[in-house]
Amino acid sequence: MSKVPANLKYADSHEWVRDNGDGTVTIGITDHAQALLGDLVFVELPEVGANLTTGTECGVVESVKAASDIYAPISGEVVEVNEELDGSPELVNSDPYETGWIFKLKPADASEVAALLTAEAYGELVASEA
Amino acid sequence: MQHTPFYQKHLEAGAKMVDFAGWEMPIHYGSQLQEHRQVRSDAGMFDVSHMVVLDLQGAQAKPYLLKLLANNVDKLKESGKALYSCMLNKQGGVIDDLLVYYLSDTAYRIVVNAGTRAKDLAWMQQQLQGFDVQLTERSDLAMLAVQGPNARAKVFSLMPENEMALAEPLQPFYGAQIGSWFIARTGYTGEDGFELMFPAEQANKVWDALVGAGIPPTGLGARDTLRLEAGMNLYGTDMDETTSPLVSGLGWTIAWQPTEREFIGRKALEAEKAAGVKQKFVGLVLEGKGVLRNHMKVTCEAGEGEITSGTFSPSLGVAIALARVPAACGERCSIDIRGKLYPAKVVKPVFVRHGQSVLS
Repeated sequence: MSKVPANLKYADSHEWVRDNGDGTVTIGITDHAQALLGDLVFVELPEVGANLTTGTECGVVESVKAASDIYAPISGEVVEVNEELDGSPELVNSDPYETGWIFKLKPADASEVAALLTAEAYGELVASEA
Repeated sequence: MQHTPFYQKHLEAGAKMVDFAGWEMPIHYGSQLQEHRQVRSDAGMFDVSHMVVLDLQGAQAKPYLLKLLANNVDKLKESGKALYSCMLNKQGGVIDDLLVYYLSDTAYRIVVNAGTRAKDLAWMQQQLQGFDVQLTERSDLAMLAVQGPNARAKVFSLMPENEMALAEPLQPFYGAQIGSWFIARTGYTGEDGFELMFPAEQANKVWDALVGAGIPPTGLGARDTLRLEAGMNLYGTDMDETTSPLVSGLGWTIAWQPTEREFIGRKALEAEKAAGVKQKFVGLVLEGKGVLRNHMKVTCEAGEGEITSGTFSPSLGVAIALARVPAACGERCSIDIRGKLYPAKVVKPVFVRHGQSVLS
């Protein structure tokens, strides 16, 4: 079973969102998503300063097997990207919720974060896709 | 879905199973990259029991194969010697690629692909008419490929001395019947190793012994990245019935001599050659970051081509591909990756041999 930490919010496109409590959120892809992709070999990160709109493609995760778009789970400005992933994309596989984070965003509208899926709801979504 | 004799062993080893040509097969057992590196640096084993082993026997076995195959079995003089060949249709398209082992002038063993089993058998039966030969499918055999620089030594460590005395002298591309086993020094990874065929009822015992000797199971995912690095074609992806060997990097497997040998497809290939072969089969190395994938469009000064097999090379740390491009394509090209063009280098279609990069 894939891990779905209770303290995070989720998008149905398989990104997780952590509220950092300082006006920013950290975003990555879920354990379920990384397991489906298999070993990652390349992560195309969003650009710092880019203004993203909910649901738009903002990056790519590529495994040996397939390429998958990363979608912005909420709107906002990209304030930081995880440059460690340039040299070590496998962090997304080994530690998707911590060192394998992908980018940080300053949300345009805080209510968008609240409206994301809870861990319970995301867990049900994953179970229904299995 | 069909299962090989190792099905339970795959599940016990934690395999992620996928449908491969109607067979439920392991794609990986956790990490495809780790399995790839294990084979390049040490040894790994692959269940290839879904492949089709055929025994051909009879007084006219040799004349039959001289007609059936584009390569020339008359090159085979020593018992156990293997030959890689295409089996062509009359239009010169590739029905399948296969390995044929010479046992004697009246006995050959042939290994063909799983995905082409039905059409291969139908074609081979059809061509049998008028020849005094019999074709027998050996579905009673299991088959494992054990590959890697330490593969042979690890297999030897499990063999009784009398059997090892027969297996140890085998040169590359030779096989031998040793008791109920057929052991061949062949493979699909660019590494040294064996392909082992043995009675299916021994499957569990053999699996456990090989794992115990430090040869972990390796999935079809790593099998694909290993063969691509080694520049070995995959049937159905790099060539099929609509492409000739001449545009698939397999010209070297066509035996034109002697000119009087009328193998199936010869006339079409001669016509293609006389008209000028329009495309060539090359390797590509992506210069920046990204991953090359099957069917991506290739653009060069001479025109357009297509990637037939693309992947990320775990050994080289860059994306590589096999591609069919215009014959006049030079040393550089561009690849369309999701709408953007990326530069790539055109190289010979081989990237890694015996663990080492062959790129200059």
